[in-house]
Amino acid sequence: MTSVLVKDVSLNFGTVEVLKKMNLEVQQGEFIVLLGPSGCGKSTLLNCIAGLLDVSAGQIFINGKNVTWEEPKDRGIGMVFQSYALYPQMTVEGNLSFGLKNARLPRDEIAKRIARAAEILQIQPLLQRKPAALSGGQRQRVAIGRALVRDVDVFLFDEPLSNLDAKLRAELRVEIKRLHNQLANTMIYVTHDQIEAMTLADRIAVMRGGVIQQFASPKEIYNRPVNLFVAGFIGSPGMNFLDGEIADGSFATDGVRIPLSRYETAAPPASGTKVTFGIRPEHVALNSGADWPFSARVKVDVVEPMGSDSLVWTKLGRHNLAVRVPTERMPSTGDMVEIGFDPMRASLFDAAEGLRL
Amino acid sequence: MADVRAAAVGQADPVVAGLVEPSGPRPRRALSRRNIVIYGTLLLFSVYYLMPLYVMIVTSLKGMPEIRFGNVFAPPVEITFEPWVKAWSTACTGLNCDGLSRGFWNSVRITVPSVIISILIASVNGYALANWRFKGANIFFTILIVGAFIPYQVMIYPIVIILREMGVYGTLTGLVIVHTIFGMPINTLLFRNYFASVPEELFKAARVDGAGFWAIYFRIMLPMSLPIFVVSMIIQVTGIWNDFLFGVVYTRPETYPMTVQLNNIVNSVQGVKEYNVNMAATLLTGLVPLVIYFISGKLFVRGIAAGAVKG
Repeated sequence: MTSVLVKDVSLNFGTVEVLKKMNLEVQQGEFIVLLGPSGCGKSTLLNCIAGLLDVSAGQIFINGKNVTWEEPKDRGIGMVFQSYALYPQMTVEGNLSFGLKNARLPRDEIAKRIARAAEILQIQPLLQRKPAALSGGQRQRVAIGRALVRDVDVFLFDEPLSNLDAKLRAELRVEIKRLHNQLANTMIYVTHDQIEAMTLADRIAVMRGGVIQQFASPKEIYNRPVNLFVAGFIGSPGMNFLDGEIADGSFATDGVRIPLSRYETAAPPASGTKVTFGIRPEHVALNSGADWPFSARVKVDVVEPMGSDSLVWTKLGRHNLAVRVPTERMPSTGDMVEIGFDPMRASLFDAAEGLRL
Repeated sequence: MADVRAAAVGQADPVVAGLVEPSGPRPRRALSRRNIVIYGTLLLFSVYYLMPLYVMIVTSLKGMPEIRFGNVFAPPVEITFEPWVKAWSTACTGLNCDGLSRGFWNSVRITVPSVIISILIASVNGYALANWRFKGANIFFTILIVGAFIPYQVMIYPIVIILREMGVYGTLTGLVIVHTIFGMPINTLLFRNYFASVPEELFKAARVDGAGFWAIYFRIMLPMSLPIFVVSMIIQVTGIWNDFLFGVVYTRPETYPMTVQLNNIVNSVQGVKEYNVNMAATLLTGLVPLVIYFISGKLFVRGIAAGAVKG
């Protein structure tokens, strides 16, 4: 069943097109992440779904009801903001009950819902405190609680973890995932952090310039990016890109030939097509001794130890190539090493359009 | 022997002698050249500004014979509160001889409603301008700001006509209306800037929580903005209390505010110039703004600083 449907939604601020004929269909109980660089329109889209911004064209449906002209409170959504947006003069309990009091719910119902939310989020001891007396993580928990007590079908998260430090972010990430498993609500989550996107999402919508580039499962987006932008945006360290052309079923770039017989493609590109070949650093093996469809001997330029893994920079032809290896097998600068990979793991893009071949 | 001498030098000034390993807070001398310049300047200027006040206070506590000695800086030999009593209750202004008390109560009756009404309207204006981007908001705001730069003198006569047509010319109500209108630009600007500095997400959260225009204003914004209300109150109280121009133009002798009455007492030309009564009357008139400053000075600074961050 469709929970949230965004249909041909456009939004213009004056002459600036922030969202361009956006379409998005979210199933009941799905966890959707809107991912993209700053200014790609992901928060704007969320605000449109929430009803905090009026769309310039198109429609928004929530649970089958057209809510395009509805006020935020009537849309059946709860929202969590990056800056927590807790009312500073009210206690935690006051923050949680504010929306319910506005909806004129009976007093015992309010108490019941607050008790339930406080239990789920484990904030019972904090109920009488003011937001100023809470830590960042506690504040964000209360902010989630404020969405929780509204007893809504759709949760909207606007970069909820971006203000927290790395450790707390990882903790709360797990908690949000647990919360989703427990409540099974539809959740739409905006972030620019691809780790959050990969770990939380059932499906990710990668956005750029007000257009959804790819809307698919994290695995699909990681393994089969539809274009150069998605390929470069997802993955850290980023994918290696080699420019070259197709020659007799192989990829050729200054003296290097990579056979493409194992590369899965709908229509094999014709010889002479200018293409970009992409391979992730973690898919390249170093001194493995195995028999790879493609291998080469290269010299190590730079090594970057990153703790558990290390990044080894080499050159393949004129292109820089990063290889990710476990730190204990890290070579030294200047070593000659053997690299190899399976083109099945690679991505091939049309150089002109940047689309996957 | 050399060691002993070094130790002695070190005792005299261990820092200069370089014998003390630098550690912890850097030593500071209380009587450095820098401190002398700073505190000397501060002292000089406070004396400069406090001198007239001192003269006024001592003069107001002297009798007329003592004043005639001509030594304005001398403290009173015999302290008398007679001038204060006279200024308050029996000094003559024109035909009335009941002192400043009448003007004081007139000023209270003008200031209190003007301040309350203007702050209420200006805060709602500022809130609407900052948080609800309604159509024509920018034009409205521009007109309001331009209004703040038009000299008062230009508007005196048109306002006289408007008040006459409304039937409130010469009454306290008329003056309250004038003060409320003239307080609008600066106070709206003040509130708008303050509310604009409140995080937008807070406002969005309240909308998701189902609060409307007035619920957000009263339940979210008002409780957060005590400092700016205090700032606005101080600006309005001092501005309206100290106003002379509107008071003299738009009221009649029986409704004159305190400032106009003070002028009439000080400038009356019959008989002896009673400097002590004049000084006491002036101090009495200035007392209200002074008290307001003392009570709310701290909040004033906080509010100004908060409103100034974002515009």
